[in-house]
Amino acid sequence: MKTLSSWMHGRTLVIAVPFAFLLVFFLLPFFIVGKISVSEMETVSFKDIVSWSDGVLSLALRFSNYVFITEDPLYFRTYLASLQYALATTLLCLAIGYPFAYFMARARPTLQPALLMLVMLPFWTSFLLRVYAWRGLLTEGGWVADLIVDLGLDQVLLSLGLIPSPGKLMHTPFSLVLGMTYTYLPFMVLPLYGNLAKMDLRLLEAAADLGATPWTAFWKITVPLSKAGIIAGSMLVFIPCVGEFVIPELLGGPETLMIGRVLWDEFFSNNDWPMASSVAVVMVLLIIVPLAIFNKYQAEAQEGR
Amino acid sequence: MKRGTSATFNRWFGRGWLGLGYLFLYLPIVALVVFSFNDSPIPNVWRGFTLKWYVALAHDSEMLAGLWLSLKIAFLTACGSVVLGTLTAFALVKYKRFAGRTLFSGMATAPLVMPEVVVGLSLLLMLVSVQRALGFPERGMLTIWFGHLLLGVAYAAVVVQARLQDLNPQLEEAAMDLGARPHQVFWLVTLPMIAQSLISAWLLTFTLSLDDVVLSAFLSGPGATTMPLVIFSRARLGLNPSVNAVATLIIVVVAIGVVAASWFIANAERKRQREMAAAVRG
Repeated sequence: MKTLSSWMHGRTLVIAVPFAFLLVFFLLPFFIVGKISVSEMETVSFKDIVSWSDGVLSLALRFSNYVFITEDPLYFRTYLASLQYALATTLLCLAIGYPFAYFMARARPTLQPALLMLVMLPFWTSFLLRVYAWRGLLTEGGWVADLIVDLGLDQVLLSLGLIPSPGKLMHTPFSLVLGMTYTYLPFMVLPLYGNLAKMDLRLLEAAADLGATPWTAFWKITVPLSKAGIIAGSMLVFIPCVGEFVIPELLGGPETLMIGRVLWDEFFSNNDWPMASSVAVVMVLLIIVPLAIFNKYQAEAQEGR
Repeated sequence: MKRGTSATFNRWFGRGWLGLGYLFLYLPIVALVVFSFNDSPIPNVWRGFTLKWYVALAHDSEMLAGLWLSLKIAFLTACGSVVLGTLTAFALVKYKRFAGRTLFSGMATAPLVMPEVVVGLSLLLMLVSVQRALGFPERGMLTIWFGHLLLGVAYAAVVVQARLQDLNPQLEEAAMDLGARPHQVFWLVTLPMIAQSLISAWLLTFTLSLDDVVLSAFLSGPGATTMPLVIFSRARLGLNPSVNAVATLIIVVVAIGVVAASWFIANAERKRQREMAAAVRG
């Protein structure tokens, strides 16, 4: 009986400690942001929404920030641009990452741990510094900039409207999407590899025996079976990209304003905490559906279903 | 014949794709290291070899102070994240039913993808509210640690959870059948088997913390400028060879650390496999 009660005690503790930590440091702050987004700004700080004066409890909610966000075209355009850049990055990561993960998963089994390690290693070196490195590579005279100009690829980028003039690669939509694709590629490759490496290859043999070409078998068997990996990877790339701040700041330009920067400026430059909170709340509302999808697939993947 | 050539083509196409992919991933790292030794007024055009940026770094008190602060925070973050992340992983893997489990698992994974500006802003506003009510904590090392811990717990939980999922529960059941108490089962059976994932989680959260800009910017106070904040403010202004020098030093240290850790982990794993095989043979 004593063991049972101590076991129960241990169980409660194991759950309660991290649960309380996450409630206090993750969930509670969101409610506070919601509260501040509808409160009045005073000179240095914000006003409490509930006040008690002359024996009257009054509740002052101010939705003007939200009205402003929906009416001001700058905010609308910036939210839209953030979603577009995030989507472009996700598609590029998928286009590069899917074949990459596929060939990794089909490489010799003895090689695979090393290949996997090589994808993980950049995680351990500073992301900030790797993004900074692209500045050197893309500025005029840099290795990649020279290569792109020598191959004439800047004309292609120009005709796609990704760069404003030939040879100018930095501080453009091109450098921004390249930087985000570079940073988030491992987040796409890892779940896809995990998924593709587990696949039962006998299914492909069966398809071949039944007369399917490798190409048909790939589209009809491999791709549908890796759906969970595709979704998990896409969400892992898309959601953080929407609110990305460091990469647009280092690699983006004046015309690539993203919503993370707007939030940052409202907070640090304008000192308008309620406005910054409203921008954050709208951002969370935009990503809440992808977030729910991610949580579902992540939980399923973790629970081995 | 045709089948043979297409198989060869496929093999080489796969190798080429992987090769270009790895080139894409590693090119910036190589460039960082190369240009830290560059003796040229134009920072991204190679002219000659020099060590002057490293000499300058040794006298760069702002960067060194930031590095020291970052190392302290990263150490504390890694330790805290591994403890809380392991508890989180345990709760999620071992207990399939408890009140609020869906909320709990959602909160444990959401920080992985939630934009950092949102997390940073919300944490800061909460801490400000707490400070108004209680008079502490001041913004500084402690508040940065809270932020990094939140991110670190989520990453550590994923790493440890993946390992716990693979464990054979019969080993723990056997230990309990032989009379071990739950805490003995944990310390003597479970912990040694998940030790390598704890080391990976520690290293991962350490580097995450050492790297973070956005959370630190929101949560830092006067006098608490971490190294990434110093690097970020310089990088915003343009190319700066002293940043390359710091980068190279970090890359070298991390590369040595990761290679040593994975060698150690691989060795321990082989030893464990051998012992298990021996135990099965009896």
